[in-house]
Amino acid sequence: MKIIACIKRVPTTDLEPKIVDGKSLDPTGVAFETSFYDQIAVEAALQVKEQHGGEVTVLTIGPKEAQKELRDALAKGADHAVLLKDDRWMSRDAHSTARTLQQKIQELGADLVLTGRVATDRDNASVGVMLATLLDFACVSDVVELEIDGRGGKARREADSGLESYSFSLPAVITCQKDLNEPRRAGLKGIMAAKKKPLDESDCPESSNQAEVCQLDTPPPRPQGRIVGEGAAAVEALIDALHNEAKVL
Amino acid sequence: MDPFRQLDFLGIEDEFSEEECMVRDTVRGWVSERFLPVVAEHFEAGTFPSELVGELAELGVFGPNLPEEYGCAGLNNVAYGLICQELERGDSGLRSFVSVQGSLVMYPIFAYGSDEQKSHWLPRLASGETIGCFGLTEPDFGSNPGGMLTRARRDKGDWIIDGRKMWITNGTNSHLAVVWARADDAIRGFLVPTDRPGFSAPEQKRKWSLRASNTSELVLDGVRVPEDAMLPKAKGLAGPLGCLTQARYGIAWGAVGAAMACLDEAIRYSKERIVFDKPLAGFQLPQKKMADVATDITLAQLMALRVGRMKDKGTLEHQHVSMAKRNNVDMALRAARTLRDILGANGITLEYHTGRHMCNLESVYTYEGTHDIHTLAIGQALTGIAAFR
Repeated sequence: MKIIACIKRVPTTDLEPKIVDGKSLDPTGVAFETSFYDQIAVEAALQVKEQHGGEVTVLTIGPKEAQKELRDALAKGADHAVLLKDDRWMSRDAHSTARTLQQKIQELGADLVLTGRVATDRDNASVGVMLATLLDFACVSDVVELEIDGRGGKARREADSGLESYSFSLPAVITCQKDLNEPRRAGLKGIMAAKKKPLDESDCPESSNQAEVCQLDTPPPRPQGRIVGEGAAAVEALIDALHNEAKVL
Repeated sequence: MDPFRQLDFLGIEDEFSEEECMVRDTVRGWVSERFLPVVAEHFEAGTFPSELVGELAELGVFGPNLPEEYGCAGLNNVAYGLICQELERGDSGLRSFVSVQGSLVMYPIFAYGSDEQKSHWLPRLASGETIGCFGLTEPDFGSNPGGMLTRARRDKGDWIIDGRKMWITNGTNSHLAVVWARADDAIRGFLVPTDRPGFSAPEQKRKWSLRASNTSELVLDGVRVPEDAMLPKAKGLAGPLGCLTQARYGIAWGAVGAAMACLDEAIRYSKERIVFDKPLAGFQLPQKKMADVATDITLAQLMALRVGRMKDKGTLEHQHVSMAKRNNVDMALRAARTLRDILGANGITLEYHTGRHMCNLESVYTYEGTHDIHTLAIGQALTGIAAFR
C-alpha cells in the first residue's frame, strides 16, 4: 500500500507573535515544529503500514529548513520524504497548497493520503478536503477511529451531533483529529536511521493564491482580572458579576 | 506550564548539527513529558523511577555512542553530551543512572571486554533487560582507588572475590556489577552477576542528595565467578580510570542542563512574582544574579562543546575532561544556590526544581573525582608534578 502523510512546518504554539509590514509574521527567533494534527497523520500512516505493509512517504511544502520536520517523520519510521521548496509556504492559501500537493501526489501515486484536520498556524481546516476533491478520492474528515482493509476502510468522525461512522473505498484522503492516536516519539536509533533514508527536494510550482492576507493583527490583550472579594462573603458579588456583567448565568 | 526555554544567549545552536539537535529535542521532550511530572514524588520518597527504565531503553539512551551492532544508536559524542544535558535538566539522579549504565558498565565491556563478553552483555544492557553498576570506590579509598582492599584470587580455574565497595549508583537495582579488584598481577575488572552467592547490595538510606537515585554498598563475600568473567584488556588502574573519563565527560554536559533548568525557573518565577508592586525580575539584584548565571552557563556550554568535538576527533585527554567536569559542576552548584535565593521561601519546596538540583549537585561535585582532585589533575598537567601523592 502506498501511503502519503502530508505535514506542515508551523511556528510552535508557545510563540508570542510579532507582525511585520502589517501582514506577515516576523520570523526572527521563531521555533518551528510539525503541526500537531499532522503528527497524528504521520502516526496513523505508520500504524497502517505496520498492519498492512507498504511504504510511507511524508510530503511537505516549505523552506529548506523543513528538512527537520521531514527527518523527524523519517526517524519515527517513514520510508521516504519529499520536500517541495517554497520559502513563502506560510502565505499560500489552502487552494494553492492543495493544488500543489495534488500534483505531487498524482506523480508519486497513493492509495491512502493522511493529513491533519487543520494546521495550527492558519487554522483553515481546508487543505485535506480540497485535496480529496482535486484528486477525486474518497474523503472522511476529522477522523477519530480508522480501520483499513485491502480495498477500503472504516472511519468514525466527530460531528456536532455525535460520532458518525463511514465506510469508504480506496484511494482516500483522511484528515486526522486528535483522538485518533498518540504520536510516537522518534528514538535515537531512528534518528540515525533517518540519515540514510531518501529525502527528495525539488522546487515548488509558484503559488496561485485565490485569497491573499491583506492585514494581520494580534488578538487584543486580555482585560485584567478582578478579584471581587475573598471567602464565602465574595460569593454574592461573584454571582452578581457573572449574571449582570459577564452574562453567563 | 510553558515548555522549557533553553538559554542560548550566543546562538550556540548554530554549532550543532541537525541530527544533534534532533537527539537533544527528543530527550528533552521525553524528560518534560514523562520524567518531570514524577520526579518530586520519587525524590521525596527516596526512590528511583524504575518504571521508566523500559522507556529510557526504547528511547535509546543506554550507551548511545556505542556501535549499532550491539543494539546501540552509534551517535557521536556531542549528541551523547546533549543527552546527558537533557537528562540532568530533569535530575542528576536520572543522568547518573544513564551514565553508569552507558559509561561505567557498557563502555568497559566494549573497551576491555572479549568478543564473547561484548556480544553477550552489550545488547542486553542497551535494551535495559540488564541493569549494571560499577564498583570501584571503597569505604576508605575514594580519591585513591589504587589503595583498594578488594581482592580477587584464583580457585580451581574460577575467581573468588572478597571486599566491599561504597557509594555505588544503581547497586541495589542491578543485575550485573563491574567490580574492580586487586588480583595477583594487577587491578582487574570482573563482570559479576548480582545473584551470585555471597553478593549483596544494602541500600544507602537517609541521603539528602540524589534522592531519586539508588545508592548502595556492595558486599562481596567469597563471590565465585568463572575465569571468563574477567575483562581481558584492562590491567591496572588505567582500566577503571578510562571508564571514569567517559562518565565525567557526560557529567560536564549534564551540569549545564541542571543549571539551565534552574535559570529557566528563576526567570519565569521572577517575572511573575510581584514585590513592591512590580515583578521581582525588575529589580537590579535578581537581574545581576541571573546575568551572572547566564554568562557562566554560556561559558560552560562552550567548554562542553569543545571537549565534545575533541572527543569526536580523538584528541581528548583525561585532564581536559577534568577541567570541564570541575568547571561545569562548580558552575552549576553555584548557579543553583544563587537562583534558589530568587525563589524565596518557595525555593525550599519540591514544587520548584532548583532546590532539588542544588542538593543533587553537592553529590555531583564530589563523585567521579572530587572538585579538588580535578584541580590537582589540572595542576599536574600544567606543572608535571603530582600534588596528590
